[in-house]
Amino acid sequence: MNAPPTPDIAAGSEVAPASKAQHAERVSTGMFGVSGTGDTSGFGGLVRRFVPVKSSPRPFGGYFDELVDALTTALAEVGAVADAIMRVVVDRCELTLHIRPDVLLTVAGQLRDSPALRFELCSSVSGVDYFDPDAPQEIAPQRLHAVYHLMSMTYRRRLRLEVAVDAQHPRVPSVTSVYPTADWQEREAYDMFGIVFDGHPALTRILMPDDWDGHPQRKDYPLGGVPVEYKGAQIPPPDNRRAYR
Amino acid sequence: MTQPPNPDAYATARETTQGRIYTLTGGDWDSLLAETDPLSAERLVVNMGPQHPSTHGVLRLVLELQGETVTQARSVIGYLHTGIEKNAEYRTWTQGVTFVTRMDYLSPVFNETGYCLAVEKLLGISAPERAQTIRVLLMELNRISSHLVWLATAGMELGALSMMIYGFRERELILDIFELITGLRMNMAYVRPGGVVADLPPQAHAKISEFLRVMPGHIKSYEDLLSGNPVWRARTQGIGFLDLTGCMALGITGPVLRSAGLGWDLRKTEPYCGYENYTFDVPTQTTGDVWGRYLVRLAEMRESLTIVEQALDNLRPGPVMVTDKKIAWPAQLALGADGLGNSLEHIRTIMGQSMESLIHHFKLVTEGFRVPEGQVYVPIESPRGELGMHLVSSGGTRPYRLHVREPSFVNLQAFPAMVEGAPIADVIAAGASLDPVMGGVDR
Repeated sequence: MNAPPTPDIAAGSEVAPASKAQHAERVSTGMFGVSGTGDTSGFGGLVRRFVPVKSSPRPFGGYFDELVDALTTALAEVGAVADAIMRVVVDRCELTLHIRPDVLLTVAGQLRDSPALRFELCSSVSGVDYFDPDAPQEIAPQRLHAVYHLMSMTYRRRLRLEVAVDAQHPRVPSVTSVYPTADWQEREAYDMFGIVFDGHPALTRILMPDDWDGHPQRKDYPLGGVPVEYKGAQIPPPDNRRAYR
Repeated sequence: MTQPPNPDAYATARETTQGRIYTLTGGDWDSLLAETDPLSAERLVVNMGPQHPSTHGVLRLVLELQGETVTQARSVIGYLHTGIEKNAEYRTWTQGVTFVTRMDYLSPVFNETGYCLAVEKLLGISAPERAQTIRVLLMELNRISSHLVWLATAGMELGALSMMIYGFRERELILDIFELITGLRMNMAYVRPGGVVADLPPQAHAKISEFLRVMPGHIKSYEDLLSGNPVWRARTQGIGFLDLTGCMALGITGPVLRSAGLGWDLRKTEPYCGYENYTFDVPTQTTGDVWGRYLVRLAEMRESLTIVEQALDNLRPGPVMVTDKKIAWPAQLALGADGLGNSLEHIRTIMGQSMESLIHHFKLVTEGFRVPEGQVYVPIESPRGELGMHLVSSGGTRPYRLHVREPSFVNLQAFPAMVEGAPIADVIAAGASLDPVMGGVDR
């Protein structure tokens, strides 16, 4: 699982088709952002594409610089690898740290215990599937993200941790030993996205039935269609219906 | 003919022309009972729910009992899972409101506001001041109605049946106000990205003022009914104890956390919708038991009344929707006799006079608006604790991912910690004091 430091997803254009990069750079013009033929009947289908993630330059603003420095110092003291924090993203006044999956537990422990950080509350754990249907399976980037929202009640600060794994080896260390509240939320992320949290006390399905197949909130989960009794017609699944892009 | 291998130990299978048919039997209980001698072993596993009047919805509790004492408790959820998060990915940003409002059905305004604040943060806009005030007004009314349902159901479960009648009776007053303002009593989808769908009707001010006049007396009567009642005290004091350390570890927020002594309220610590302009207290208790939670919720209802009063005074004339015509619908909805619907005046204009307006209206309603890429997490203080909206956009007309940090879901994890070691009668009181709403837990 010791994944090498992954390249910036935005810089992953060497593996993604060139059109992807153009999409990411596309500037919406016109009243409704119409591009191409301007066909608004919407027969294009749903277009899923990567959200380009770029590191933010310093200064990050607000308490973010102080927080990142404190975390870097705390991590250095416990001898964590230098590139534990892969990326620092500041967007819409929210701080996101992209963490290497193998050091997540160390980072979470330091965030909770270090006197300069004191993130006592793990607000939320959720999964996000940045699935790109056009990318070939063997070079599919790390599409499954586990996202942790932490809250420091002492300093009134919020922080988002994000770890990315690929769908073939979706293993992330469980933070339940640091934040017991993550128990059910990790079970939900496992249930819905198939992210396996190593070290979780009882990683079972929580919302879906125990014998359910697949992980419904993955973007490639088949949605099915509802057969209707009119000349054999069938309603297509929502992801195959015509849709605005 | 050989029988196909049976994949399930508790269900015999046979092949038919329609496919494989399973026959469920009660074999699991038979084998379970055979293992224990009921005369010598007192260990008993009891299944409470998923349909049980005291479980606040379809919650299943598996209790292991030693005599009357609960030695282990587990809650099983998922019976009300409706896939709202996934569904929202196939609807426009505006349509998402009608989905999230149905999650925690006792606090629809909070779901809507949290979601809309998240969309607005992604868009980089904020609703006009009047819309924010109306949101606060409705949220605090909703907080009172939610706490009333808690008081009513918790009272009923502990034998105070009159409290149930009173609680639902006064909740009707609030639902009537909601109906007057939004056209619907519940699930109103009244708060929309950019503001609210319609301004307050002229009668709203008088109706809310009348409510503010009568409600303090009602709250006092609940207090008179319950607080001095020896049965109520015996059933709540020292029951369902969870201290601050336990709350922090389990991520508990809301009245349960405040009953353990920490005055943590997002309206104070991270104000939104202009809560910093209101004067109110954050009630706390230090008992950490059901009694403390009862007192906290009672006091919160009073604080909410003062906020509603201030919001009414703060209402200034102005728009209730952003002016950006690419986000706001071209006409506000109008409240008719059959509920909230299209403004007939607007329909006349676009059908009879302006084709461009018709096209614009059609595009905005069917296609929706685009939201720039990125992700946000917006927490608000719902009646049950921190309601967080983690919203991811890929730049399209629909959410890429919506995750709701539901306080009911997270708080329900504390159930075993509260009841293990307690008598089985306290399971009801402790579970009720968490105030779980299964629509929110399962989403």
